[in-house]
Amino acid sequence: MSGRVLVGVKRVIDYAVKIRVKPDNSGVVTDGVKHSMNPFCEIAVEEAVKLKEKKLIKEVVAVSCGPQQAQETIRTALAMGADRGIHVEVSGKDYETLGPLHVSKILAALAKKEEAQLVILGKQAIDDDCNQTGQMTAALLDWPQGTFASEVSLEGDKIKVVREIDGGLETIKINTPAVLTADLRLNTPRYATLPNIMKAKKKKIANVKPADLGVELTSRLEVLRVDEPPQRLAGIKVETVGDLVSKLKETGKI
Amino acid sequence: MANPLRAEVVRLYKNLLYLGREYPKGGDYFRDRLRAAFIKNKSVQDPERVKELIARGEFVARELEALYYLRKYRAMKKRYYEE
Repeated sequence: MSGRVLVGVKRVIDYAVKIRVKPDNSGVVTDGVKHSMNPFCEIAVEEAVKLKEKKLIKEVVAVSCGPQQAQETIRTALAMGADRGIHVEVSGKDYETLGPLHVSKILAALAKKEEAQLVILGKQAIDDDCNQTGQMTAALLDWPQGTFASEVSLEGDKIKVVREIDGGLETIKINTPAVLTADLRLNTPRYATLPNIMKAKKKKIANVKPADLGVELTSRLEVLRVDEPPQRLAGIKVETVGDLVSKLKETGKI
Repeated sequence: MANPLRAEVVRLYKNLLYLGREYPKGGDYFRDRLRAAFIKNKSVQDPERVKELIARGEFVARELEALYYLRKYRAMKKRYYEE
């Protein structure tokens, strides 16, 4: 296989940041909050770059949908080894309601336009935890999918994927072109060091609008309310086993 | 400081400064200690010794990368994978 790989990367709130809900419960506070590339997307980029280093594919194209700041995420992907980037500009109200269905339509259109052999995505984003984009993209393209991939090997014009599923590990062989979604143990993503970031500034990021790809961004979903998870109540300490038993009986547990 | 090595030292410093921004105890904490460590060795002239110190600096850079990766991996594993 000597083709092109499309990697989708998403700009999300950094995993280490403490999330706060807006006072009006309409969403989560994102202004002034540290953002970075979704950890599973980092793993996806790393896999694509690894394939290129093994000379199994020719070009890695990083794609991100979002406002201007999404370009920072594409730059990180370029610093990790992607060859060029595509920024699909989505901002304001459209960005707030952007969901997996829209993104997968965009990715499907781009995959066809760029004549990609492989689309690699992270299995899910740590902000919405949808775990849908990869699957939907594969369905829209009518391509096979290797999701929750913890091991990927190219064998001629087929791909062997070891998937992490609840029961253990499942090994499948799928045709190309295909969509893969990266799971945690697929690889160890490299850090985008300063020299690589400097080099990546020379790489190109193309600008595209969803309308250019024929994608409508109207949402069929409406977020009614966002709440924090219920606070964990403090535990009660008891002195003796007798106390423990009576407390359990009190709360109706036994 | 020997000229070609000076560029390497500066490059190392900038790289460590960039990496140290996400240090768990705070970017400022790291930056202060980084500066102190470099200033302490300001007067070293011997090229061999300088190369040794650069190698140590690069080792610290790798350690930082490993630290960041492990933190992230453990956080993801805890959140998404039931033990």
